[in-house]
Amino acid sequence: MTGLAFLLLIIATIAGYLLNRIAARTVRDRGERLHSMTSYHGLFSALMVLVPVLTAILLWLVLQGPVIDAITMGNLPPGALEGLGQGGTQLVLAEIKSISLGQIFGTPEDWKLAAAEHYTALKATAGWMLVIVVALLSLAIIAFARSKVTAAFRARQGVEKIVNGLMIFCSVVAILTTVGIVISLSYETLRFFEKVPLTEFLFGTNWEPQIPLREDQIAAEGAFGWLPVILGTIVITVVALVVAVPVGLFSAIYLNEFAPPRLRSVIKPMLEILAGVPTVVYGFFAILVIAPAIRSFGQSIGIDVAPNTALAAGGVMGIMLIPFISSFTDDALSAVPRALRDGALGLGSTRGEMMTTVLFPAALPGIVGGVLLAVSRAIGETMIVVMAAGLIAKMTINPLDSVTTVTVQIVTLLIGDTSFDNPKTLAAFALGMMLFLVTLMINILALRIVRKYREAYD
Amino acid sequence: MTDTSLDPGFSSPRRTTDLVAASLRRRRRKQSRLKWIGIAAISIAFLMLFLLVASMVRTGWQAFTETNITLDVYIDPAEVPLERLPRGGFDDVLAASLGQMLPGVDMDDRATARAVGGILSNGAQFDLRDRVVADPSLIGQTITLTVPVSDPYDQLNKGLIKRETPETNRRVKDAQIAWFDRLQAEGAITKPFNIGLFTDADSRFPELAGLKGALIGSFWVLITCFVIAFPLGIGAAIYLEEFAPKNKMSDFVEVNINNLAAVPSVVFGLLALAVFIGWFGMPRSAPFVGGLTLALMTMPTIIIATRNALKAVPPSIREAALGLGASKQQMVFQHVLPLAMPGILTGTIIGLAQALGETAPLLLIGMNASITSAASSPFDSSTALPTQILIWADSPERGFVSLTSAAILVLLGFLIIMNGIAIFLRQKFERRW
Repeated sequence: MTGLAFLLLIIATIAGYLLNRIAARTVRDRGERLHSMTSYHGLFSALMVLVPVLTAILLWLVLQGPVIDAITMGNLPPGALEGLGQGGTQLVLAEIKSISLGQIFGTPEDWKLAAAEHYTALKATAGWMLVIVVALLSLAIIAFARSKVTAAFRARQGVEKIVNGLMIFCSVVAILTTVGIVISLSYETLRFFEKVPLTEFLFGTNWEPQIPLREDQIAAEGAFGWLPVILGTIVITVVALVVAVPVGLFSAIYLNEFAPPRLRSVIKPMLEILAGVPTVVYGFFAILVIAPAIRSFGQSIGIDVAPNTALAAGGVMGIMLIPFISSFTDDALSAVPRALRDGALGLGSTRGEMMTTVLFPAALPGIVGGVLLAVSRAIGETMIVVMAAGLIAKMTINPLDSVTTVTVQIVTLLIGDTSFDNPKTLAAFALGMMLFLVTLMINILALRIVRKYREAYD
Repeated sequence: MTDTSLDPGFSSPRRTTDLVAASLRRRRRKQSRLKWIGIAAISIAFLMLFLLVASMVRTGWQAFTETNITLDVYIDPAEVPLERLPRGGFDDVLAASLGQMLPGVDMDDRATARAVGGILSNGAQFDLRDRVVADPSLIGQTITLTVPVSDPYDQLNKGLIKRETPETNRRVKDAQIAWFDRLQAEGAITKPFNIGLFTDADSRFPELAGLKGALIGSFWVLITCFVIAFPLGIGAAIYLEEFAPKNKMSDFVEVNINNLAAVPSVVFGLLALAVFIGWFGMPRSAPFVGGLTLALMTMPTIIIATRNALKAVPPSIREAALGLGASKQQMVFQHVLPLAMPGILTGTIIGLAQALGETAPLLLIGMNASITSAASSPFDSSTALPTQILIWADSPERGFVSLTSAAILVLLGFLIIMNGIAIFLRQKFERRW
């Protein structure tokens, strides 16, 4: 039915376009002077149909599911849901849905079968109603738009107004995304802090997000202190920076000052390849090659290395960040005005001295900005650590040990079970909120440093 | 170095030049040290890149071939009676026909018979069943069947299980190797290209697992992502670059978009989980939801690329259009936008390539479920290429290691193609005014 609705929409749009265009032509052929070109008359009708009807279809599709669910559940025989919590109600609904799809397990109660029938009927009705609504709406709008066609009608202005509105809507989507992130994260985070006190989360040194699944189950209460998790994130980030900063920095210095132009034009894009490799590939590289290599090296010199050591995850993350650092450093070095460069050379310094005593200090703010952006990348990086870092949070800064990170915890807490009412799932959103805030602050700071410094030389 | 030259008593021209020459040598050495450190740094980066690709190729190329066995199967009516179809003892039929090829092996011993049957992949009996169900007249006849062998024998044939390893540490015992060698000597074993890697969906058994489901899932994800992010991104970029009044609001939108481009991908996954799945009730594991999420991530990239491409179109084009009486929108849509299109497309393709490799948001919306059939619409449950890689990387069976690398090679192949197209577009259509 949805497909039919979209087909109707397309047909109506084209019909509106043709109808108005032909009408405008007849007006013109009668010898009247049109204000707008005939194609604008057509476009006016097409857009008038397309925008509202498409909005109607999308709204319908979003609202249809919840409304049908509500009607189905409301029509259940009285007492059927008695004593069931929110989770139980959800289960009943899921069972009714799967029965309506023909997947019947065991022998469900009669009222469930009836509800499933009701559900199927409602769905079919909703589908037909959608098609009818689309058809009627389209016809009405086409008729309205057709009545507008006169010689004096300012169709171009009308079209441009609609297009302008559409473009503003597109820009608003970007803001809506941010708003959506903030609202969804804060909503779930607030619910988390209703169950776990804020002070425990911020200052607790114990992260054990296991909770009893049933009332009578004997399990640890669950501890939600995020300090060991953030500590692990810091350890891995530091390891990544220890790899990425020197390599990226010196690569950029060489490329910027010493490399012949042709070599530079080959090396730069090849370094960028490292940034284009998907992180899941780096993760597999870490567990396939780097971690065993570090482990066997550790064994050969008599050090005990954990199988998923922070060194492997951090090191591989560092490799990923090399092109990031090197391109930021390269840009910062290139942005230093020629005069400083020439002045240093003119005073007799070698190119090496010019680099270390003049260019590098002058470019330092830009480089720091780039490193900060790399830090925010490292903190938010997920797949490498999910595959190569550990799961258990420990208060340790030993990079040979296995540590866990914020992103690993988010993923492991959310995989599989997503009922939104236990502290375990909500904890993931609290961590996500922290992750968002920390990276946002670093990004704003870094972008400000980079921009301010660029303006200083322009 | 200045000490001596400041001391008048010891200053002589010859000494000064010597000193300068000496210090110059030292300074030059310092400079070349800096240069060599730079070269070393670049070499380390390239070494890592080489190591990455080489390790994937080394472990992955084996998965592009498979080990098949061709055998004559007598479909015994006693084991597969017509009236019990589609049920029947297809595994026993297959084991018996293998026994025919290995005379001297005691097939009456149940344990031995089962071990012999274990040479074949678990999927072989289903192949046979499907053929018999499709054509029941085969019962009682002998047909020739080519099926994959099971994972341990596949590994043995590819040399991944070493024969030198002591028997107790080996997954294939000496007796089993002897059977396999006899079959190989009879010419029953072949090692063709592994078409199944692309035409089969995921499976619990490495010899049967393929990428079809993941490829189709990734296809739907990318299509959804493109259909949503491309028009929205271009619309937003045109408005911000050409029409928006320069005020606090447009500054805010600009800062907002730049920050959105740097938000960790896992946060977008949380957004999708809470809003799309939690509030709107969209299905879990569906490529459509994945595409929607990645569209939100890709949009900033497209906006930034589009704005740069629009900026690069010279003012003379705009002024010429306006001078001839075009309205501002006509100027943008009929003159500036077509000229900026190559740049926009390049940016879009690069954004989509990033989206193709993105894993974390897909993981959170559940696209890492083990799904053994390919999705037929973007609303069905599915995996995608990167999440399939994750699933296989987490699988314990030895055979999945080379499959993971093979999947990575396929993913990298797609990325190279997409980036290649982007570079081609840029070089072919890039204009400098």
